[in-house]
Amino acid sequence: MGAYVIRRLGYGAIVVFGVLFLLFILFFTVTSPDDIARKALGERVPPAVVEQWKINHGYDKPLFPAPGQWADNMLVEHYRRMLTFDFGRSDADDTPILERIRKGMGPSLALTIPLFVLSLLVAIPLALLVAFFRETYIDRAGVILAVLAMSVSVLLYIIGAQYLVGKVLHWFPISGFDSNPQVVVRFLALPIMIGVANGLGGDIRFYRTVFLEESNTDYVRTARAKGCGEVRIMSRHVFRNSLIPLLTRIVVAIPFLFTGSLLLESFFGIPGLGAITVDAIQGNDFSVLRTMVYIGSLLFVVGQILTDLSYALVDPRVRLE
Amino acid sequence: MTALLEVTELTTRFPMAGKEVPIVDALDFEVGRGEVLALVGESGSGKSMTALSLMRLVPKPGRVASGSVRLDGEELLNLPVRAMRRVRGAGVAMIFQEPMTSLNPVMRVGEQVVEAIRLHERVGRSAALDRCRRLFEQVGIPDAAERVHAYPHQLSGGLKQRVMIAMALSARPRLLIADEPTTALDVTVQAQILRLLRDIQEETDMSILLITHDLGIVNEIADRVAVLYAGRIVETAPRTALFENPMHPYTQGLLRSMPALALSGRRLPEIPGVVPSPSDWPTGCRFASRCSKVMAVCEGVLPEFRVQGPGHDVACYALQEAASRGEKKGVQQQEGAS
Amino acid sequence: MESHLISNGIVLVMLFGTAATIWAVRRSRLWSSAFVSLWHRRRLALLVTAVYVGVALLDSVAWVGGDSLGGDTVSLHEARSVIDRVFGGSQEKSYSAPLATTEFYGGRGLRYPGGHWLGTDMIGRDVFYLTLKGARVALLIGGLTSLIAIPLALLFGISAGYFGGRIDDVVFFLMTTLASMPGLLLLIALIMVMGKSTLAVCVALAVTGWVGFCRVSRGETLKLRELEFVSAARALGVSEFQILTRHILPNLMHLVIITFVLMFSGLVLSEAILSWLGIGVDGSWGQMIDQARNELSRDPIVWWNIAASGAALFGLILAVNFVGDALRDVLDPRTVKDEK
Repeated sequence: MGAYVIRRLGYGAIVVFGVLFLLFILFFTVTSPDDIARKALGERVPPAVVEQWKINHGYDKPLFPAPGQWADNMLVEHYRRMLTFDFGRSDADDTPILERIRKGMGPSLALTIPLFVLSLLVAIPLALLVAFFRETYIDRAGVILAVLAMSVSVLLYIIGAQYLVGKVLHWFPISGFDSNPQVVVRFLALPIMIGVANGLGGDIRFYRTVFLEESNTDYVRTARAKGCGEVRIMSRHVFRNSLIPLLTRIVVAIPFLFTGSLLLESFFGIPGLGAITVDAIQGNDFSVLRTMVYIGSLLFVVGQILTDLSYALVDPRVRLE
Repeated sequence: MTALLEVTELTTRFPMAGKEVPIVDALDFEVGRGEVLALVGESGSGKSMTALSLMRLVPKPGRVASGSVRLDGEELLNLPVRAMRRVRGAGVAMIFQEPMTSLNPVMRVGEQVVEAIRLHERVGRSAALDRCRRLFEQVGIPDAAERVHAYPHQLSGGLKQRVMIAMALSARPRLLIADEPTTALDVTVQAQILRLLRDIQEETDMSILLITHDLGIVNEIADRVAVLYAGRIVETAPRTALFENPMHPYTQGLLRSMPALALSGRRLPEIPGVVPSPSDWPTGCRFASRCSKVMAVCEGVLPEFRVQGPGHDVACYALQEAASRGEKKGVQQQEGAS
Repeated sequence: MESHLISNGIVLVMLFGTAATIWAVRRSRLWSSAFVSLWHRRRLALLVTAVYVGVALLDSVAWVGGDSLGGDTVSLHEARSVIDRVFGGSQEKSYSAPLATTEFYGGRGLRYPGGHWLGTDMIGRDVFYLTLKGARVALLIGGLTSLIAIPLALLFGISAGYFGGRIDDVVFFLMTTLASMPGLLLLIALIMVMGKSTLAVCVALAVTGWVGFCRVSRGETLKLRELEFVSAARALGVSEFQILTRHILPNLMHLVIITFVLMFSGLVLSEAILSWLGIGVDGSWGQMIDQARNELSRDPIVWWNIAASGAALFGLILAVNFVGDALRDVLDPRTVKDEK
């Protein structure tokens, strides 16, 4: 077990190194520091100002290692900063990035945790229900509804719901955030509902496929032959076996709760990491964007390791060696 | 006393190529008390579907279309779902061909047997587990006390099939349906499992419906045999009668192609052709296209059963023809004598 | 070369491709029976998809010259497509409701009263015309991206699966690394560093989208490599290249088709999100929806713009999803699962 975790972490570290290299290629060679400076300052700025900006933002070193500069170059600097979480300042407004991330995490989690839990609580029982009534009209209608729901762009969900609730029904405020937990519920209700609705179609379809695949197995036939009822078969045999494929989808998503939701946060004015990212896109803030991709990848690697470990919990055939 | 299981006109249909095709077509057979009946047929003859029809476990979109299945005189086909569930396991138990996949991989094997026990009897968990241990000993699982805590993947194929048998025995069924119970196992293990089934049958006096394609197994364990071809039974006979005097051309072909019975050094004779697919079964005798004794009448209407000996029924025009010729001959002789 | 000539060329190639596909399908029993059962199951969805493709093709065939509909002389020297010639040129000054005879705000008379089936947008463009033009953009996004992603995925997947060893290690590492980067963020980062253009969006979508299919084709190749006919071919001394092109690739074709259809709707939906972030493709439905966002808060509200673009987007995605589902059932029930 211990050896397995160490090996897994080792591979994770290699992947993170790969991700950082890709990021370097994208953000330092495809777009050079000069491009970044021009985007931040404008096209008609004299070269001296550009050079000064590069010094201020730590873009002033040569890109690649060369004789005499093995340590003092952007590539090494990039790895050093990212690995020590020394993210520096925003290219657009000079605010310290780590500070912004720390502040953004709370609002993001306030949105994503309830969204995540609620999605599971709604989608899994519905999918079980649809799978339970397989080959009937309930099943067929469920699948068609799921495909219909999947085919609606998330933009339409958001715009539609904002219009409906904000202009017609007036249940909730359509945008904003508050640090007071009692107030914030009113702000979060709508984005959470939209988030659940948006994911529901795809989730139900995926879970249903998994449940159906498990219900066609030989051991389910054995259970029926010994006199098990359908409800018991679903809950004890099918569900427990389905956990294995379900976990891949669920556990992997957990780390991403930290990074929030781009669309929901910026549409509903929630000052989380998603909104910070959207601001970075609109403000050509490359350093923030780079950091967000890196953090996302880091969390994904963690999620993968968690998923592998969680297999051992639900599947006795998996032994961590 | 009536037979334990009486099956009449059992028909199971599957939608195929736009119509509902009878995979199992108007089967009539009985299993007596304490009897081992072997249902023999090639793959695709409908033998597994017959077993699932008896249990009312035909997978959708198939369905048992008509007929009657009586266990101890009780009709199973129109039993309410809940009552049928009590019959499964306690009245009729079943073991399957694939012990590898027939056990739930994430449940301990003991837990699975305990579930089977507690579905049919009000016993505590620990009492059920005790009984499970005894069942494991009965079916010859070594280290039964520890093996109840094993997961299926930790057991060999033979042990898994023993667990399946223990599970099937757990609610003391009157009939055990064994669907190709040894096909997936090694030859040495096959023999052990067959002996186990025979021993248990003798100890408990339950009946067994054995489904197989292997006449060797039939010869070892069965009391009586029913030969299935393309969804229909073509011949039923006591074991010895069938092996000594097979009457239906299909049965004769089957026996000839058995390695143990063929002359050594010769090429095994085979039945020419293949089993027709259910969607294009002929209206007449289904074996007609492969039969060496085929006559014009065979292609028209399905042949009916005729008694050919004690407990020996065959559905074949060629035999009826021969018999009526024999009768006529006898009549003529009588006439000549008078 | 003039861009309209390129797009005309592409249309020609596509028509040839379709003809060749029909010919190949009719020759192969497997494919023709698959198509027949697909047609039986999803007739409506196939027809709807065909309409979208038809509109997109009509908007791709363009030429210079002819009369100028709007009365402006500039358009005479621009290449205009069939759709432009039939529906274009009816420019108004501002919003007008569907089939209205006067402007929506102010009530001045329209140049083409009653001529705008779905009204006009803020700067007076005909919404029906814009919606039709969106079909080409959507198909371009899905098609061009797939054209980049699928060959790439096949190349890497097959070589990893077939040759194994070091190649497999490298490909697997590449896949894991790319899969580790959050899709939408990587997509945005790629477009931002490449600059905003249709090609950049498609390349970015391809880079983030090829991994899933690469994994599938790698796994399938691994399976195929062990099959008897491949071993037999190898034992007979058939060259590796021939084994790959004759035995492996044809057996992956059904996965290519399924992946293409299932990927398509995801790509078009992703573009809508990108449009909303301001880095999408010009003229897409996503962009129309984005522009229409504030129209719902006007008073009285302007609804036809979002209704038209939203419905067009929904219709295409729905039809393609239904086709994709049925296609998966028909061709291969197991191997391709939802990759999300």
